[in-house]
Amino acid sequence: MSEISQAHPDYNYKVVRQFAIMTVVWGIIGMGVGVLIAAQLYWPALNFDIPYLTFSRLRPLHTNAVIFAFGGCALFATSYYVVQRTCQVKLFSDKLASFTFWGWQAVIVAAAITLPLGITGSKEYAELEWPIDILITLVWVAYIINFFGTMIIRRTTHIYVANWFFGAFMLTVAVLHIGNSMAIPVSFTKSYSLYAGAVDAMMQWWYGHNAVGFFLTAGFLGMMYYFVPKQAGRPVYSYRLSIIHFWALISLYIWAGPHHLHYTALPDWTQSLGMVMSVILFVPSWGGMINGIMTLSGAWHKLRTDPILRFLIVSLSFYGMSTFEGPMMAIKTVNALSHYTDWTIGHVHSGALGWVAMVSIGSIYHLVPILFDRNGMYSTKWVNIHFWLATIGVVLYIVAMWMSGVLQGLMWRAVNADGTLTYSFVESLEASKPFYLVRFIGGVFVVAGMLLMAVNVYKTIRTPKEQFANEPQAQAA
Amino acid sequence: MDYGTAGSIFTVVVFVCFIGIVLWAFSSKSKKGFDEAAQLVFDDEPDSKSKNKKQESSLNE
Repeated sequence: MSEISQAHPDYNYKVVRQFAIMTVVWGIIGMGVGVLIAAQLYWPALNFDIPYLTFSRLRPLHTNAVIFAFGGCALFATSYYVVQRTCQVKLFSDKLASFTFWGWQAVIVAAAITLPLGITGSKEYAELEWPIDILITLVWVAYIINFFGTMIIRRTTHIYVANWFFGAFMLTVAVLHIGNSMAIPVSFTKSYSLYAGAVDAMMQWWYGHNAVGFFLTAGFLGMMYYFVPKQAGRPVYSYRLSIIHFWALISLYIWAGPHHLHYTALPDWTQSLGMVMSVILFVPSWGGMINGIMTLSGAWHKLRTDPILRFLIVSLSFYGMSTFEGPMMAIKTVNALSHYTDWTIGHVHSGALGWVAMVSIGSIYHLVPILFDRNGMYSTKWVNIHFWLATIGVVLYIVAMWMSGVLQGLMWRAVNADGTLTYSFVESLEASKPFYLVRFIGGVFVVAGMLLMAVNVYKTIRTPKEQFANEPQAQAA
Repeated sequence: MDYGTAGSIFTVVVFVCFIGIVLWAFSSKSKKGFDEAAQLVFDDEPDSKSKNKKQESSLNE
């Protein structure tokens, strides 16, 4: 490569810093609410008979906070960072960047207020009412203009593959959000969906599954394609494969939604089509996972000393696991057992806590020292402890939910010789109870890790640079 | 043209496009550009340039 030592064009790190810090803050809040509602399922008295604290209202708050607040801030931070570094140019507009930050925080705060009040459009992962939906749209359009604007003014010949994934994530989420949120307002806080019946259900899961496919997958794959090679110190295993991965993933994901509606009023052929597309989706998913993990080929020893790299690589293992599990659960006969049980909850969390959260956490640990001009995190040892807390927490969580889910599925479908149900619903609930305790404990591990991360980030920022210099060196040895 | 025929044509068009992408990605003509693009992750590092240089060259052996 050329030896031109290019001085850093003064990148806009301010907005990246803001979003990176808020990723940690919203992570703690979102996962904390998750632990609270997990505890409520074991100790129902924990809603204190206060309507604002009931499971039904806090559950959408939890999902919105972890997906759109924690995950969203992580995506904003990393996409703004990666596009500047790989296009070697400052962000297109600092004003738009600042608008996206404050606008997005306003959306999150509005969600945190309206959802406990019971103001909801009652579409899963799209609960927010129409005035907030309009604000989301405005912020998102500003985000798209800023991101693509930066790519247009780039100083490099090529557009790095991570930016392709980030770009696809942004454009598709815009289409999904606007499409699914179409509603007729009847008052400032209430609206009704434009769609009705089975069409509404299909729209909802076209949105819902592609929120998984583009928000929680394509966006985070963009993160993976930059931070894994960067942290490992070597280029991605196969750039060719990354291109095939990109086109295959974006052209297939969009069709998989109907697997959320097996054995419903949706036409049978639509269900089968959704099933087939979901199974095919396994191929690009694993292609991408292998591409990420093989980037370490010949440098595996780095995993021993670098807990940040460990976060990134283990996140890919969870990605591989849940993208095997997903297609399997989309098969109608498997779905007949798994649907509406805790297995689904386990699957979601193996993806969300194992893949999405871990790749974000690894990326934020990589980013913080760079953004605040430090030699490394305050304590690498704490990063390592966080890694184990997160891993043990996720494993406890998903194993408990697998067991509870399969148990529920089997109990619900069991029939006596005369055709009556063997078990009442309450009996299956009782059987699940111990697993709910294990799930709660797993969640506590995960949140404990996030709190440790917050302290570590705080200490990294607060410790003066001179005082800092010796410590990470000593630990790296 | 009914819905079924349009759907079939669309499926074939998408499939042909995908095969085109695969052929393009694996053609030797694209190789050089891809290698350059893959290095973009490291190209804007003035401070730790020497460190990365070492790692990159060890990969190319």
